[in-house]
Amino acid sequence: MAKRIDAKNLNIYYGKFLAVEGVNLTIAPRSVTAFIGPSGCGKSTVLRSINRMHEVIAGATVQGEVLLDGENIYDPRVDPVNVRRTIGMVFQRPNPFPTMSIYDNVVAGLKLAGKPKRGELDATVERSLRGANLWDEVKDRLDKPGAGLSGGQQQRLCIARAIAVEPQVLLMDEPCSALDPISTLAIEDLIQTLKEKYTIVIVTHNMQQAARVSERTAFFNLAGLGKPGQLVEIDDTQRIFSNPTERRTEDYISGRFG
Amino acid sequence: MTASLTPAGSASLISVRRGGARQLKNTAATVAVYLSFGIALVPLVWLLWSVVSKGLHAVTRNGWFTHSQRNLTYRDPGGGAYHAIVGTVEQVALCTVIAVPIGLLVAVYLVEYGVGWLARATTFMVDILTGIPSIVAALFIYAVFINTLGGQRAGWLVSLALVMLMIPVIVRTTEEMLKLVPNELREASYALGVPKWKTIVRIVIPTALTGILTGIILGIARVAGETAPLLILVGYSPSINTNPFTGFQGSLPSMINDETLNLNNGGTYGLVNGKVQLIHNYAVDRVWGAALTLILIVMALNLLARLIARFSKVNQ
Repeated sequence: MAKRIDAKNLNIYYGKFLAVEGVNLTIAPRSVTAFIGPSGCGKSTVLRSINRMHEVIAGATVQGEVLLDGENIYDPRVDPVNVRRTIGMVFQRPNPFPTMSIYDNVVAGLKLAGKPKRGELDATVERSLRGANLWDEVKDRLDKPGAGLSGGQQQRLCIARAIAVEPQVLLMDEPCSALDPISTLAIEDLIQTLKEKYTIVIVTHNMQQAARVSERTAFFNLAGLGKPGQLVEIDDTQRIFSNPTERRTEDYISGRFG
Repeated sequence: MTASLTPAGSASLISVRRGGARQLKNTAATVAVYLSFGIALVPLVWLLWSVVSKGLHAVTRNGWFTHSQRNLTYRDPGGGAYHAIVGTVEQVALCTVIAVPIGLLVAVYLVEYGVGWLARATTFMVDILTGIPSIVAALFIYAVFINTLGGQRAGWLVSLALVMLMIPVIVRTTEEMLKLVPNELREASYALGVPKWKTIVRIVIPTALTGILTGIILGIARVAGETAPLLILVGYSPSINTNPFTGFQGSLPSMINDETLNLNNGGTYGLVNGKVQLIHNYAVDRVWGAALTLILIVMALNLLARLIARFSKVNQ
């Protein structure tokens, strides 16, 4: 199920502005990779270019290749809609569809993007909500609006919605930054379960979180004032936080900068 | 109250004076706001009260909603507004059926797709359309369909003129409502692999539906009372004509206009059955009755839109 990701010479633009330059990285299947770095260094931009969400913004373009098990998702013959069905995404702020019930939120991707078989929807809802650790809390009110849940529950609903379409890869863009510590813990536990089935990439500002949940960590930074962002290094999380190769990583980790 | 807020000591006097001035301004502003609200409310309440008190007995009279004014003069009691209700409802419905899809699609284009000169030109055109007086719209339709194409005056031409007035209202309100839908919802939908058109149809428009319906009702309310296109594009008929495509057709605004012409006739003494008697001028009742009916129709539509909006939402 899970797939491997290789980015090759990624240059990411907003209009004519080069935001991120020369990213090369490999993400192994069934692992958690964390993207860390100061604000504005392009972590989220890189994340969004892995499932072609970057180009949703007007004028935004990507140069280079992103290979999903060897297949370039930026090939002109590839439909971005299909890429996004394969690579799911969870956003910074919980964003359940306000007009839909909890049930409809979970199956939204199936109903809108695919052709679901009638009998399978109920099973998918239960499986996805269990997968997102939310089933026991909402099983008696599946017909209630998704927007009526607490922030942490909403975020887990969004994760359930993302895994209901059975993606190969799950991208998470600061999924806990709007949540309290208890909800954060719930999501982190969930990530540990999810990595058995999915390839997970998580952007986080919280270095403890990166250390807790990920096996690999990528450190991004601006190449200099007014210069584009770049990938400084990617390595085993333990090594990044104990003995990084790059001086700049160590400065950032130890709080001397950023 | 001020005393309890100021700290004890020599500085308290200054604080009290300053607080007093600030509080005075606050009170003055509050009074001004309430007063403005009251003043704005006066004409509304006055208007509603006048129309209801003077029109209610005409509307509640037997036959108002089932009979026309055929063969009745201002001297004759009875009759109803059925012919006018039919005309208004048909003309406005025809207008709505044409204007709502166009307005909705233009708004979707402007918010979801529009970039560059075409979007700017469209916005500019909608702005111009907003400022067109109804009589100009009516004359335009007259020039095209009657002078140029040789058509006859009929109800559907009124609908076409009303379309020109309704489109900008629908576009403007729908545009605002679509802009209010958070971008995160669109992104959430794209990230699930939902194509853009389906995201708009199934996520964006349902989220903005209540506001869009309100916009449509505002548009209907705006055109339902228009009189200039009626005077120019269709003759007033006191008889029932259910076909908006041929012949004269009554409608509530033109019924008000027609009956108003009778207001100065009679109301004095006249010869009835060989005797001199006080003739009641029934046109007065009909004018107020038609006005109240128009308000009732718009209110009923408003309620209907709210009901639709409520039922289309998830149970809270």
